Amino acid sequence: MNGLVAILMRDLRLASRRPTEALMPVVFFVVAASLFPFGVGPEPAMLKQIAPGIVWVCALLSSMLSLGGMYAGDYSDGSLEQMLISGTSALEVAVAKCTAHWLMSGLPLLLVSPVLGLLFGMETDAIGVLMLGLLLGTPVLSLLGGVGSALTLGLRNTAILILLIVLPLCIPVLIFGAGAVSAYEVGLAPTGHFYLLGALLLLSALGAPLATASALRISV
Amino acid sequence: MNKLPRFYTFAAPSRFYRLAGWTVPWFYAVAVVFALAGLYMGFFVAPVDATQGNAYRIIFIHVPAAWMSMVLYMAMAGWAAVGWAFNARMASMLARALAPTGAAFTFLALWTGAFWGKPTWGAWWVWDARLTSELILLFLYLGFMALVEAIDDTRRADQAGALLAIVGAVNVPIIYFSVRWWNTLHQGASISMTAAPSMASTMLTSMLLMTVACWSYAFAVVFVRARAIVLERERTTEWVQTLLGSSLEGAS
Repeated sequence: MNGLVAILMRDLRLASRRPTEALMPVVFFVVAASLFPFGVGPEPAMLKQIAPGIVWVCALLSSMLSLGGMYAGDYSDGSLEQMLISGTSALEVAVAKCTAHWLMSGLPLLLVSPVLGLLFGMETDAIGVLMLGLLLGTPVLSLLGGVGSALTLGLRNTAILILLIVLPLCIPVLIFGAGAVSAYEVGLAPTGHFYLLGALLLLSALGAPLATASALRISV
Repeated sequence: MNKLPRFYTFAAPSRFYRLAGWTVPWFYAVAVVFALAGLYMGFFVAPVDATQGNAYRIIFIHVPAAWMSMVLYMAMAGWAAVGWAFNARMASMLARALAPTGAAFTFLALWTGAFWGKPTWGAWWVWDARLTSELILLFLYLGFMALVEAIDDTRRADQAGALLAIVGAVNVPIIYFSVRWWNTLHQGASISMTAAPSMASTMLTSMLLMTVACWSYAFAVVFVRARAIVLERERTTEWVQTLLGSSLEGAS
């Protein structure tokens, strides 16, 4: 448990020393999402309708982009190996790294999403539904992403490999996350979608760290 | 007293190589015979469908391909898991050999589905649950193949591929149901285990003949590919050297 907290604090401290680098996923999120009006046209009704999908897809891509660095830095300078032989279990490393990744890439997305919601003309209530969905869904992305990140350690073209491996597994999160907002906007209760997102979160919180730990043992 | 060789003796790559080499021509022969019979039944014996006309006849390749795509993914994940858990080299090699065939059948199912969709639904593609989950299955195959190809160390590649295949296999039902709740407009399943088939018996017969042909073809090509992988990985061993030496002498 001490190892877990130590790795988590260390990752957060490292991120705080390089704030620009840590903020890049959020900047990508905002820039990518604001490209869509140029592509589909500025009609408010259309933008409002596709807003949840855009926010979710951009959140997905943004958290995928930062996955490459989840273990890669520690792997290349050898500190990941030291963590694994220091008596800290691979499971603790996996949990700490996932938590750190979510705090640094998932949580900022969650905080920025209302701004994007306003840009696309969403109602305040709908933005609340979107944020609750992101709160339940983005940890799943970090958890599943950890598996992909650990499997591809030290390979060529890591970034594109992670996308290819992890994106198909993230589709259910995308469906229920964006679906919650769409359901709310046509007057249906979004609770069903939240329950399913919660179920996905529980399932991946139980399974993904184990898979990540195995992947670390395979790769290192 | 135990004359029949036990199944797991073929876990030794050299024995598997010989067994597969012996069975491959038979699998090819069965595939050709059943495919000819199935195509004959499908095109000349089975009646024209009341609503879909002759367009439905692509079912004879579409449905077996879709079945194979799913069966082969499960087989791939299963062999990969066996290879990882018991450190059985042959099982890992089989998993590697299964992936391209599975991906090919998935692609075939999607492609023939598009050909079927155009005359019956009026669109090459609709974002319906079964089509979409088949597309995601293709992505899972591609991810597996990309990962194992990217890792040079065979042992690590096998284990990483096994882990990914297992994670994918756990996710397949989740993806399937989420996509299904997301949208559905596909016609109901044509065949189910509980209800009587809703199709003419000649149609069913030719579809089953084609299914046998697809299974047999899959066995044949997977064994050919597995034999190539065995030769590549075991190239330093004595039996491969002897085998290659004798075949070189035979050629010269």
